[in-house]
Amino acid sequence: MEKFFRRNFAGYSFLAPWLVGFFLLAIGPILASLYLSFTKYNVVRPPQWIGWDNYTYMVQFDARFWKALQVTFTFVAVSVPAKLVFALGVAMALDKGIRAIGWYRALFYLPSILGGSIAVAILWRQLFNYDGVINSMLRLFGTDGPYWLADPNYSLWTLIVLAVWQFGSPMLIFLAGLRAIPQELYEAAEIDAAGPVRKFFAITVPLLAPVIFFNLVLQMIEAFKSFSGAFIISGGSGAPLDSLLFFTVYLYNEAFSFLRMGYASALAWVLLLIIAGFTAIAFWTSKYWVHYENERG
Amino acid sequence: MTDTTISNTAALAAEYRANRAKRARRAGLLKHLFLIATSLIMVYPLLWMLASSLKPDNQIFGDLSLWPSTFEWSNYWQGWNALPVSFTRFFWNSTVITVLSVIGNVISCSFAAYAFARLEFTGKTIWFALMMMTLMIPYHVVLIPQYLLFLNLGWVDTYLPLIVPKFLAGDAFFVFLMIQFFRQLPRDLDEAAMIDGCSPFKIYWAIIMPLSLPAMATAAIFSFIWSWEDFLGPLVYLNDMNDYTVPLALRMFTSQDSVSQYGPMFAMSILSILPILIFFVIFQRMIIQGIAMSGLK
Repeated sequence: MEKFFRRNFAGYSFLAPWLVGFFLLAIGPILASLYLSFTKYNVVRPPQWIGWDNYTYMVQFDARFWKALQVTFTFVAVSVPAKLVFALGVAMALDKGIRAIGWYRALFYLPSILGGSIAVAILWRQLFNYDGVINSMLRLFGTDGPYWLADPNYSLWTLIVLAVWQFGSPMLIFLAGLRAIPQELYEAAEIDAAGPVRKFFAITVPLLAPVIFFNLVLQMIEAFKSFSGAFIISGGSGAPLDSLLFFTVYLYNEAFSFLRMGYASALAWVLLLIIAGFTAIAFWTSKYWVHYENERG
Repeated sequence: MTDTTISNTAALAAEYRANRAKRARRAGLLKHLFLIATSLIMVYPLLWMLASSLKPDNQIFGDLSLWPSTFEWSNYWQGWNALPVSFTRFFWNSTVITVLSVIGNVISCSFAAYAFARLEFTGKTIWFALMMMTLMIPYHVVLIPQYLLFLNLGWVDTYLPLIVPKFLAGDAFFVFLMIQFFRQLPRDLDEAAMIDGCSPFKIYWAIIMPLSLPAMATAAIFSFIWSWEDFLGPLVYLNDMNDYTVPLALRMFTSQDSVSQYGPMFAMSILSILPILIFFVIFQRMIIQGIAMSGLK
């Protein structure tokens, strides 16, 4: 017994802060949130068990829930691939010892490091103003831009552009991945007279597949979780006409504007399941298109 | 006869090589043009914000230029005092929260990382797997129960909910980053120290810590940037304007519909991202390596 204690003492002492945090701030809240999702709870009165009511109401009657899903899925489905294509394109242009690579890298990464800030969200609101920079530029080309922020058909695009603008970190990860591809492969392909397109699809894509996959999963999770941009640009409500009602914005409002903590917890669990589901799908399909170099067979 | 053939071939080869070099140079030039154009598009919004922070209000919209015709330095002074509480207060609040968050993250995450990377104890693999799982959990899922917990502790409207979790190694990203780093350090050091009778605490303090300054610095930098930019946390926990952080204060500019505040609003936006910009310029290399190493966002 004493030996057991002595063997574990140091390890658990160093782990102690994390353990406390894990139980009180991670696993505890997750379970609490699962419980709350089956209750009606407005903070003032104690939670009241209502079974599956939150979930059935959500699916059957809550049009805003479906709207939020639609907005979030559209955002994820458009912004993530666009961002990755951009990141890969720029990373390939930067690869292979181009001059001043440090400068380019820093400039391309700059928006990503500022991207989460409220300052940038505020800036974005003004760029897409009817009299803002984007429309002024369009006017130079002789077209009149729409009311980006007030027109529900266009408002989501402002956030998609904002997300793509922050392609910095997938770009850096792609750069590291490109460096790992042996140069001889390209030289061999050149001798066989393969063009750039052929080289891209026959060498770059397959060898970069693990990195592409990593970026895809990471960016997808980030996109599902994104909040501040939509919150600021829509003025906190998801306006106009709920076209910016991100799932996270809806959840925040249900919880903290209307104090429907039980319902908001149910929404949170749906979000968790969606993210877990998509990540699982990504992992499951990855065995068909991602091959790791050191893998056998 | 053979001599001329040889010299012909040599000439052909030289021409081929020259052509190839020329093509490569032209491709390189095109690449640079593409990269310069893209980086201009990337930084243009930020430069426009900087310019707008110095323009009189009636020149901000519909104006694409990056050089104000008159420099309205008073925007900065006006913005600083535009809200009922001065920005001196907001910057102080943000600084307090950020500095304590950085300290908390570095200490607690390096503790956990040291336990996982260097110490043996029962249940280590399970705890490690659980820690990696917390990487995936969206903050929105734990937000509501955490809020209720802090509400019951009477911590709402204080900085404790924003700071205490940082001392409990809540950010698994940093733990992971440090584990990766600690694993690269030679184990002989620990073993030699152990034979000399050093306790695990002494080893952490005298050997691991000093050798992992780069990893600590990387975690500190990211922790700084994320705490400084954090919006959702302060939005949920702080209601009194005297307690507001800079991002919350900036948001007041957008919810107040008093027009003719655009110059001051951009001035404060610029000031709010200034600390991050400075950090980025100084620590650019560490930030970029940190992302490539761990795939941080």
